[in-house]
Amino acid sequence: MQITSHTFKANTVKALADVELQRALGHVEKGFIDKRQTAVDALPEFDALRDNAVAIKNHTLKHLDLYIEAYVAKVEASGGIVHFAEDADHARKIFLDIARKRNAKTVTKGKTMISEEIGLNAFLEENGIVPVETDLGEYIIQLRGEHPSHIIAPAVHVTRDQVEADFRRVHVDLDPNRNLVEPETLLGEARQILRRKYAEADIGVTGANFLIAETGSSVIVTNEGNGDLTQLLGKCHVVLASIEKLVPTLEDTAQILRILARSATGQDMSVYTTLSTGPKRDADLDGPEEYHVILLDNGRSNMLGTEFEEMLRCIRCGACMNHCPVYHAVGGHSYGWVYPGPMGAVLTPSLIGVDKSGHLPNASTFCGRCESVCPMRIPLPKMMRHWREKEFESHLQPRTQRTGLGVWAFFARRPVLYRAAVSMAMPLLKLAAGRKRRFASLPLAGGWTKWRDLPAPEGRTFMQQYAQKSHATTGDKR
Amino acid sequence: MSASTREAVLGRIRRSNGARPNDPERRRIVEERMAGAPVGIVPQRGRLPQDEQVALFIRMAERANATTARIAGYGDLADEVSRWLRENNFPADLRMSEDPRFANADFDATSLTIRKGVSDGDDLNGLSHAETAIAETGTLVLVSGPENPTSLNFLPENHIVVVKADSIGGEMEAVFPMLRARYGKGEMPRSLNFVTGPSRSGDIEQTLLLGAHGPRALHIVIVD
Repeated sequence: MQITSHTFKANTVKALADVELQRALGHVEKGFIDKRQTAVDALPEFDALRDNAVAIKNHTLKHLDLYIEAYVAKVEASGGIVHFAEDADHARKIFLDIARKRNAKTVTKGKTMISEEIGLNAFLEENGIVPVETDLGEYIIQLRGEHPSHIIAPAVHVTRDQVEADFRRVHVDLDPNRNLVEPETLLGEARQILRRKYAEADIGVTGANFLIAETGSSVIVTNEGNGDLTQLLGKCHVVLASIEKLVPTLEDTAQILRILARSATGQDMSVYTTLSTGPKRDADLDGPEEYHVILLDNGRSNMLGTEFEEMLRCIRCGACMNHCPVYHAVGGHSYGWVYPGPMGAVLTPSLIGVDKSGHLPNASTFCGRCESVCPMRIPLPKMMRHWREKEFESHLQPRTQRTGLGVWAFFARRPVLYRAAVSMAMPLLKLAAGRKRRFASLPLAGGWTKWRDLPAPEGRTFMQQYAQKSHATTGDKR
Repeated sequence: MSASTREAVLGRIRRSNGARPNDPERRRIVEERMAGAPVGIVPQRGRLPQDEQVALFIRMAERANATTARIAGYGDLADEVSRWLRENNFPADLRMSEDPRFANADFDATSLTIRKGVSDGDDLNGLSHAETAIAETGTLVLVSGPENPTSLNFLPENHIVVVKADSIGGEMEAVFPMLRARYGKGEMPRSLNFVTGPSRSGDIEQTLLLGAHGPRALHIVIVD
């Protein structure tokens, strides 16, 4: 997909003016925040589970090479094949190789963010293979020629009316006068159409929420059942997963599952949690003939041992974006690549480079909600600050901004000078503002004053007022 | 497998972690962790006497929009299945798995049209047997194999699942020792399904709709 992260500012201007999008985004706060809180409140051990989940992932990352080796050995013992992929291009080539060997024409797909990360759909189409998204949200955006705007609710930016219009536009062999007012009928129509596709597919693709080293299993966590039909009925199951999905044991998986669904959708447990291990066995009546795992690195191994290592604990629950005021305002597409919201603002620069990620690390008010709800306790605001520092160090900001920051830093590091300069500036600004006591325009701050006036200082600085007030208080006591 | 990529990725991980490839101490830590499989934090919610675990399972499964019934033995199963289908106005068709535990259920005495084995995708009602269930979250645990093909869990419009009351455990951690006893340490059935309620989607305006791609209704029959 074309990366537009570098035009984040322009993307947000468009998003804020998009009436349909703004209507749809209202569902994010309504749909996720209260449900999560209710589920969390009902489990007294939630915070202890978070701590343990952090410990499990930290331990796994520390010995990731060994856990991957153990995992690969178990997959191979169960008759599956693991393919290591350096980057997106490599992963696509591996996939095409598997598809060519099977002479594949159609590929059904459960929800997978790695597929988005490697741009699989467009690549398959270029190579004459038809990808069919089977998750309702993914199906909707595939019809619309869009990309997911949320990692667990890919079509959260689309309204019911738009879905109806898309279904009427694409499902032309159905009765044009059919009633699609109720969302249930839209869901039923998608169910009907996709039902035929699962068993026809040459390959079924899924992602993985976990890869278990102890057993060589891939785990998917879903609500709709499409992921299971995809991995069960396709003649060949291909799992797309990145290296940080490893967990040591079944018990470790259970620990993290308890915080995953609660943080994501506010369920105690998603409807379907499925562990798949290898292809169909001799006595089995159903299941795929082949089982492949494409294990993607794409920059992650280089995040280990850096200030961004903790990002590799992320379990893709979406809680950070569900609670982010910036995401609520501009939606996921503004972030310009695969991963939106606070986790995207941290991960995107790691995966595609800070030079291509533009303002993403700046797309935060630093309110801290993302970190407070992150089940894996990832310090997202701190990491965005790291990226801002790197952005500054690499001279990526415009010169005026750098000069401004430089001037401010000069004074900020010299408190005496800073206070002197500010106490001189205050009365001058008050004078300049005149009787209106506000500025309608200011040099270098046009972006701010374009939308509102800047109130003028009242004449004394905070420090001056503070000194006076504390003096007055102590004076009273005496 | 592309051995060179594998070594490149693993090598980078080691370099980033400052780890040596053949450090016996690290290998010991990892092997012990996988062998010991420490249990971690288990919520109090499921830690109950067995009969209360069954009650909690029923409560949690119903909260996840499943329906439940409790019967005295497999002899009552055919009647319960017929009753549930009839009362919900579902057709009298049933695709059932060939689980040996169904041997004592007399479906010939009902008016149901019975087919056995794997689902062909057109089945309206499916019947499977779960290995166990988890009280903490109202979750059924089904394993793949010739007795209970996985397609029955997902393809039929309505799914009826039988579980023995005395197999129900308090929490997910109770399932794993059972799996290890049956399949061996580190071994798994091809597919292990944790099922909590009927399928659903929230993808249209974050409104919960039951009956997405999997079964629209889930009925759990607990056998004492």
